[in-house]
Amino acid sequence: MAETSPKIKIMAGAAPDLSAATFQIFDESHTIGNALRWMIMKNPKVEFCGYSVPHPSENLIQLRIQMYDGLSSLNTLLEALANLDSVCETIENKYHSSLATNDYERWEERS
Amino acid sequence: MPPAITYDSRKHVGVHAERVSHVSSTNFPGHHPHEDHSWDLERFKKGLTVKIERLSNRSIEFDLVGVDASIANAYRRILIAEVPTICVERVYVWDNTSVVVDEVFAQRIGLVPLNVDPALMDMKQTQNDQATDRNTLVFRLQVACERRKNAPKDTTDPSKLYINHEVLSSHLKWVPQGEQEIVMAENPPAPTNLNIVLTKLRPGQEVDMELHAVKGVGKDHAKFCPVATASYRLLPLVILNPEKPVPRELAEKFQECFSPGVIRVDPRTKAVSVDSKKTRKETMSREVYRHPEFEGCVQLARVRDHFLFNIESEGFYPPQRLLPEAIAVMRAKIATIKRAAETLLNNGDSLGDVEMADV
Repeated sequence: MAETSPKIKIMAGAAPDLSAATFQIFDESHTIGNALRWMIMKNPKVEFCGYSVPHPSENLIQLRIQMYDGLSSLNTLLEALANLDSVCETIENKYHSSLATNDYERWEERS
Repeated sequence: MPPAITYDSRKHVGVHAERVSHVSSTNFPGHHPHEDHSWDLERFKKGLTVKIERLSNRSIEFDLVGVDASIANAYRRILIAEVPTICVERVYVWDNTSVVVDEVFAQRIGLVPLNVDPALMDMKQTQNDQATDRNTLVFRLQVACERRKNAPKDTTDPSKLYINHEVLSSHLKWVPQGEQEIVMAENPPAPTNLNIVLTKLRPGQEVDMELHAVKGVGKDHAKFCPVATASYRLLPLVILNPEKPVPRELAEKFQECFSPGVIRVDPRTKAVSVDSKKTRKETMSREVYRHPEFEGCVQLARVRDHFLFNIESEGFYPPQRLLPEAIAVMRAKIATIKRAAETLLNNGDSLGDVEMADV
């Protein structure tokens, strides 16, 4: 892959103020698509959010965001990414503290 | 006594005789009038529970409570397809007179899990990248079968008759390259299981190969998958109807409709109750729905945000390290998209500057 191909493209037909836009995100799948869609839908300023994997042999997802009040969908996307990162961080911290308590059953499995 | 659990379509997925109900979450802003379901990190932290239940040398079971299915599913998908491991990718065959043909043999070698920490190696950006001591491990496989000189005459056991009658994963010998001898000195690369039979040999047959192992991910080839299984299920829930208690004389029959331990029967009063610590063992067979005498006594459900994860490790990672690795991969993906989105934001004050896709 050449360095020049961008990770995200905004598809033609987006509103000039980006209050409604479809983002093509390359090299991503349902893993990020669904999680990101959920987090964007948690934002009350979002009118609509959905994603699709247009074709299984094209390694990309399309994420559609429509905003109320002419707000920028790009800012919403950035905010959702930051929130998603804090979800991961929180889960990781809680996992490590549960691991540290040693309050679980230990057993030996034959391999 | 804790308050009796009732079915709540907001929190529970209904399990009926022939269908399920209330499958999708409705916790979104605008769905329920006058309720705030917008993202709130503090509220999320309060509602989140991660609890490890069982840990062995090979597998881990833990509960992830208070997250959406999309998050739980993202981790499961990453564990299977995107946590990197090291596997043999290229096999250079100098000699192979065994009954297994070269390409099948190479495929079998590729599937052998190696005990190498993927953090010590770089991933090749393209298939044809120059192999270096940072991205490639070299193994040598040299085995020749011979007749054992003083083998007893009356035996048919190949291990007594021949030397090296099997090529095993233990025959893979690491050949350190460059700085690897120092970097990997603590834990020299080798298969995690030394008893995998790769092929069988008879006197006169031999194999001589050079193997190149690289870092890769499960979505390229299943051999790179760090887990044997990574799955979750939702916590089962058995909700008794206080309006219609189970008839005393049928208490034992009712108990047997569920997995052992899920339903308790009071030996004196024959009153049934649910052991909430054991409901996770319920198989959700729905046997209870087949008996008309129990109609209306009980409702089966699952808790929509209570995920019971079960991960079996295969290969390098100890099971307790797998979820943190998956989270690290997820965060790296988020960071990559975030950088790209920031670039878009900085480049395009007006849409004319934004790079638009053709379609």
